[in-house]
Amino acid sequence: MSHDHDHHHHHDHDHSELSETELRVRALETILTEKGYVEPAALDAIIQAYETKIGPHNGARVVAKAWTDPAFKTALLEDGSKAIGTLGHVSRVGDHLVVVENTPQRHNMVVCTLCSCYPWEMLGLPPVWYKASPYRSRAVKDPRGVLADFDVTLPKDTEIRVWDSTAETRFLVLPMRPAGTEGWSEEQLAELVTRDSMIGTGFPRTPGAPS
Amino acid sequence: MNGVHDMGGMDGFGKVEPEPNEPMFHEEWESRVLAMVRAMGAAGAFNIDTSRFYREMLPPHVYLSSSYYKKWFLGLEEMLIEKGYLTREEVAAGHAMQPGKALKHGKFDLANVERIMVRGKFTRPAPAPAKFDIGDRVRAKNIHPTTHTRLPRYVRGHVGVVELNHGCHVFPDSAAMELGENPQWLYTVVFEGRDLWGADGDPTLKVSIDAFEPYLDPV
Repeated sequence: MSHDHDHHHHHDHDHSELSETELRVRALETILTEKGYVEPAALDAIIQAYETKIGPHNGARVVAKAWTDPAFKTALLEDGSKAIGTLGHVSRVGDHLVVVENTPQRHNMVVCTLCSCYPWEMLGLPPVWYKASPYRSRAVKDPRGVLADFDVTLPKDTEIRVWDSTAETRFLVLPMRPAGTEGWSEEQLAELVTRDSMIGTGFPRTPGAPS
Repeated sequence: MNGVHDMGGMDGFGKVEPEPNEPMFHEEWESRVLAMVRAMGAAGAFNIDTSRFYREMLPPHVYLSSSYYKKWFLGLEEMLIEKGYLTREEVAAGHAMQPGKALKHGKFDLANVERIMVRGKFTRPAPAPAKFDIGDRVRAKNIHPTTHTRLPRYVRGHVGVVELNHGCHVFPDSAAMELGENPQWLYTVVFEGRDLWGADGDPTLKVSIDAFEPYLDPV
């Protein structure tokens, strides 16, 4: 323990706590490697795959296609996994994706109150707020209060549907296409689709607004 | 289990605070923890439900005060010790002191990376016909298992309507305890906000959960 103390003596309290976690994580990786369970290069490759292959750009392409291709939109709402499986560029979604459509009458919002279930393949790894207690506790009881934390206000008679992801099904919100985008290409439209608009805690960007 | 992880409807946690331009990882160790959990799960050391249960079993004060990946780390370390993949002595020493235990799917090496980037399948053949139809009214059972369950407390005892049938899925309550997959029908069940939260609840709110058939009674 005196070694640990010496090691940390330059750091402030918070930082030394973090360093202790860092040391414990390194020790676990050393043990798993020495026991022949994992190859460190394979761990590197997992991290690289998450950093490069998944992210909200995947979901944005799907939303933009749904906005421009009515047959695809119908298929997407009928069976999200199957419809997305037909797109070459997004093929990792798995079997249990449900796409839910926002309309002027109904706004959808997705949460996982029990842990952090989230459509990784469509949106990437979830942001900290999605996994943290304030969102997980309040989304199912006071969604309008949660939306206010995102500076989002809905008309007072709009139905709010909150989807609690309590199983291996995953939910993606199909937001409403912004006005003033008639004739836009899929690529242009995809630029308007934000991560939060596909969780239901935001809207797509509007044409001309800063991104 | 009725743990602090089951936080739907709790008050007092404060505002949601989105972080602009949030990085994928805030510290390098977070990415190592994610990779170790994915690798050891894919190697067959545990299933996803067991790994969730170990995070839920963290003491409440630890659960609430630890960052997300810290919870993942603490759950992983304890689970691997309890399942016999490493020992407390090894953790204290920071090195292996005895040979490893055989993994169901073998060592996780580079050749395994691609397969874990495709999401797993959880549907299974149905052992029996579905008990409920779309549109049926159902009551979430008032049950309080001390083991893993995916029936959140805030719906227990309340009546909702079956909206979707997702087919038969691995039953987390069994899988988490390593009692087999025990496939069960899975439904989206919708509840009125005011049924859950009382007359002061938001009248425009509907909340759904995905509920396994054993969680539900006919009304």
